[in-house]
Amino acid sequence: MLRLQGVGKSYGTVSVMRDVTFDVAAGEFIVFVGPSGCGKSTLLRMICGLETVTTGRIEIDGKLANDTPAASRGLALVFQSYALYPHMTVRQNMAFGLENLRTPKAEIEQRVAEAARMLRLENLLARRPTQLSGGQRQRVAIGRAIVREPRIFLFDEPLSNLDAELRVEMRAEIAQLHRRLATTMIYVTHDQVEAMTMADRIVVLRSGEVEQVGAPLDLYNNPANRFVAGFIGSPRMNFLDGRVTASAGGWTTIEVAGVGAIRARGMLPVGSQASIGIRPEHVQPAPGETTGAAVNLLRGQAASIEQLGASSFVRLASPALNLQIQGQTQVRFGDEIAIFLPPDRLHLFDAEGVIAPSGE
Amino acid sequence: MSRLATMLTARRGRLARDWTDWASLAYLLLGVLVMFLPVVWLFASSLKTDQALNAFPPTLLPWQPAQVAVPGHAGTLPLMRVTAGRFAGERLAELRHIGLVAQLLDPARPGPVLHIPVRDLKPVLHLHASWSNFTDLVRRFNFLGYFWNSVLITTLATLITLLINSMAAFALSKYRFAGRDAVFGLMLATLMVPPTIVLVPNFLIAARLDLVNSLWGVIWPGVATPTGVFLLRQYMLTIPDDLIEAARMDNASEWRIYWRIVLPLSTPALGVLAIFSVMWRWNDFLWPMVVLNRSSAFTLPLALFSFQGDLQTQWHYLLAMTVLTLLPVTVIFLFLQRSITQGIASAGVK
Amino acid sequence: MNLLEAPMRLAQKHLRGGRIGWVFVTPNLSVFGLFTFLPIVIDLIYAVTGGNQLFPAQRPYVGTANFQALLACRNYLDPNTCTRDLFWHGIYNTAEFVVLQVGFMVGLSLATALALNRPGRARGFFRAVFFYPVLLSPVVVALIWKWVLQRYGVLNAGLGALGLAPHDWLLNSSTAFFWSVFVSIWAHMGFYTLILLAGLQAIPRDVYEAAAMDATPPWRRFRRVTLPLLMPSLLVVLVLALIRAVQIFDEVYVLTGGGPGTSTTFLVQFIYQTGFAQQVREYGMAAAASLLLAAVLMALTVLQLRVTRPRK
Repeated sequence: MLRLQGVGKSYGTVSVMRDVTFDVAAGEFIVFVGPSGCGKSTLLRMICGLETVTTGRIEIDGKLANDTPAASRGLALVFQSYALYPHMTVRQNMAFGLENLRTPKAEIEQRVAEAARMLRLENLLARRPTQLSGGQRQRVAIGRAIVREPRIFLFDEPLSNLDAELRVEMRAEIAQLHRRLATTMIYVTHDQVEAMTMADRIVVLRSGEVEQVGAPLDLYNNPANRFVAGFIGSPRMNFLDGRVTASAGGWTTIEVAGVGAIRARGMLPVGSQASIGIRPEHVQPAPGETTGAAVNLLRGQAASIEQLGASSFVRLASPALNLQIQGQTQVRFGDEIAIFLPPDRLHLFDAEGVIAPSGE
Repeated sequence: MSRLATMLTARRGRLARDWTDWASLAYLLLGVLVMFLPVVWLFASSLKTDQALNAFPPTLLPWQPAQVAVPGHAGTLPLMRVTAGRFAGERLAELRHIGLVAQLLDPARPGPVLHIPVRDLKPVLHLHASWSNFTDLVRRFNFLGYFWNSVLITTLATLITLLINSMAAFALSKYRFAGRDAVFGLMLATLMVPPTIVLVPNFLIAARLDLVNSLWGVIWPGVATPTGVFLLRQYMLTIPDDLIEAARMDNASEWRIYWRIVLPLSTPALGVLAIFSVMWRWNDFLWPMVVLNRSSAFTLPLALFSFQGDLQTQWHYLLAMTVLTLLPVTVIFLFLQRSITQGIASAGVK
Repeated sequence: MNLLEAPMRLAQKHLRGGRIGWVFVTPNLSVFGLFTFLPIVIDLIYAVTGGNQLFPAQRPYVGTANFQALLACRNYLDPNTCTRDLFWHGIYNTAEFVVLQVGFMVGLSLATALALNRPGRARGFFRAVFFYPVLLSPVVVALIWKWVLQRYGVLNAGLGALGLAPHDWLLNSSTAFFWSVFVSIWAHMGFYTLILLAGLQAIPRDVYEAAAMDATPPWRRFRRVTLPLLMPSLLVVLVLALIRAVQIFDEVYVLTGGGPGTSTTFLVQFIYQTGFAQQVREYGMAAAASLLLAAVLMALTVLQLRVTRPRK
């Protein structure tokens, strides 16, 4: 459907995008995610044809599209600002693209009506964008894309201008739309929750490079590096830095200053810098009284406690660790508690932040 | 009355009233007299006959000696009021006067001729608006022709100005191309070359292009205005680029983006430029005077100017024509007063 | 307008990226080229050639003779001793006119703007009355005042009612000059008032309220608060008024015809008469005078761009 091969972009000597390569299958829902400035919007606009490609190839349906004008690529983009034409009614906004293609009047009428029904805009067709709420504008922007029956839908942070409640609602609506239309969709967001909940596959970007491509749970369970591990998942993963003291048989022991020895899966050269990561929900309170000498057991003082009812967060100072506890907790501020880091839940990264090879 | 009082004594908000409020009110009222009375005077005078215009001291309203038809006499006779003597208070028609005595008739019962001293008589005055001043302009002079020339030049020039200035402004605000900044700089530089400076060469060019005595000779030289390009460009810069990219995704050609998206969204700035252009064109004088020298091609200001040479003694026609020239502008101003003053204040150019 | 769509589509096919922009600027740029840039070149050619032929190829080269003739004077303080005395009368009259007209007009505009900058239901009415003459054709303006000022006009009638003697206002050198200045102020003041009013309204209200809390007397409030904050607008108005005053022609030409004598003949009238209204048209002389005027205007425009820039 869509294939990117070594795609890069630079302004003069400044390179903003390097060697982006991945395929999108027909009907897939792909999410580009990354912190602001990572190049995800630029990449989307390169796919659209709104930005030029400096190196590499963009293929749509097997045909090189690098120099195809935006309008001829058969794609539709939903803008972050919606970019609705303020001087046209909702109906005119949706019909404009079809009129440009000289689509017969009757067909325009029918397609607009269908999209309006699908998006519950029937009663708003005669209004101007300024007379609509944020969510309604969003739906018109989507409707404008739908009527063109594009090969690929592109969304550029479409929900960032909505309040939290509407965002959840629209998220569900877009997901439902995808199921109904079964069209390929590419969706850009900086919000990893959106990425996790909507995507078939996620592309994680950082400073113009692809960090990892994979299904949401794949990224969650097997992050390829420390950046992806830290970016995907909420609350954020804990990291502890140390030095490798032993590594054999698929297991490595690292010494973390002030904490002690921690064992994790993976193989790294002895003596090198390393870090381990563990998600707050995987940190367990240690059963009963334990001594600090035991493996992956450690103690810390509760520096803050957040009780959410269904779950609780405890933040430890030295070592700085967050843990999420199911249900409510009896831990009080200043209590010293013992915790256990289950070895098979630990992620081991080398000095560059790349996941350690399993050694098998 | 009390409303008028509160209106006139309105103070600057919650601040205390001081002498400056009274001084400024007095100043403004005086200003209204100076600014407006001459125009009122023009309007009032334009309704007078040539005869009434020559009266001194002049009156504001078009008073005119009354005439009356008397049976048995051809034409009309002037009507007089008797102020003293046996017939005091009566209105009589004057046949003639010989020396200091006038011969009069009662117009209702034309019987014997009455002899009354002239000093006891006063002409009866009545209000008479001389609309023929205006109708004669159309019947005896080519007023409609001049009017049509002015309308045609103003309309065509304004449309062309709006079109080509907005096209240039669109390119200068929404495209990145080599030489763009140079083009913009060049257009701003033309601010330094007002028409007065290129009068002679423009006449040569008009002559070469066979535009002398043609309305197009008046129209073309002024349609590209640096003011208009600058004004529209500044406005178009505020239109989000997203809209243009959305239109591009919507398969709109670049021309269609300009015509269907950018132009409709620039209506406020286009309105200001249209007002300017109409003003410039309707009132333009020096260049039309140079390029048009056949009277059939004259615009209203030119016709007025040549009339004031030819009709020096026929003020009643001159005044009527002046009124007809300023009337369209005045009517437009009455309706669009707010937007015109606001538009000009915001643009700060002329 | 769909007429233009087809050729534009074609152009779009052949021009990549932003280069289509050139197509959009071309009409405007051509008009500028033909009626602004080319004329400057022709002006230069005319200025160094003589004779009365219109087409440059038929004109003999005379070098700086036109400029020399224009600038030759035995005594520069007395225009009558100059070879082209009308030019020098034009210069002196224009200089005097600029100083008087700009000085009084900016002062009056400021006064009017200050008077208008008060809340009140009648403000819109007053503003409209002061602005109205700006919209009138210079010919109309001149005829209105000609009618008011004529020997048996309303002004003399008013003076007569007060027991004063009537005047032939436009037939006397000094009164004709006075009325030229007055009429052009009357016609243009509203425009500058509007700009200054916009400037005044941009001054935040709380500054005045603070001044009131400090018990600032009105004059001091004007000198120390209003005037400094209004300075940018005032400079713009001053420079715009200068640029226009140097080019004074239309209304005065209709009002007085430049007379009596040469007392209201200005520089632009000299250019017009020399180039178009004489029996023998001296294009070279007119062009040379245009270039001298252009030098002055260029300096003023540079000043204008300097003054307007900090506002953004």
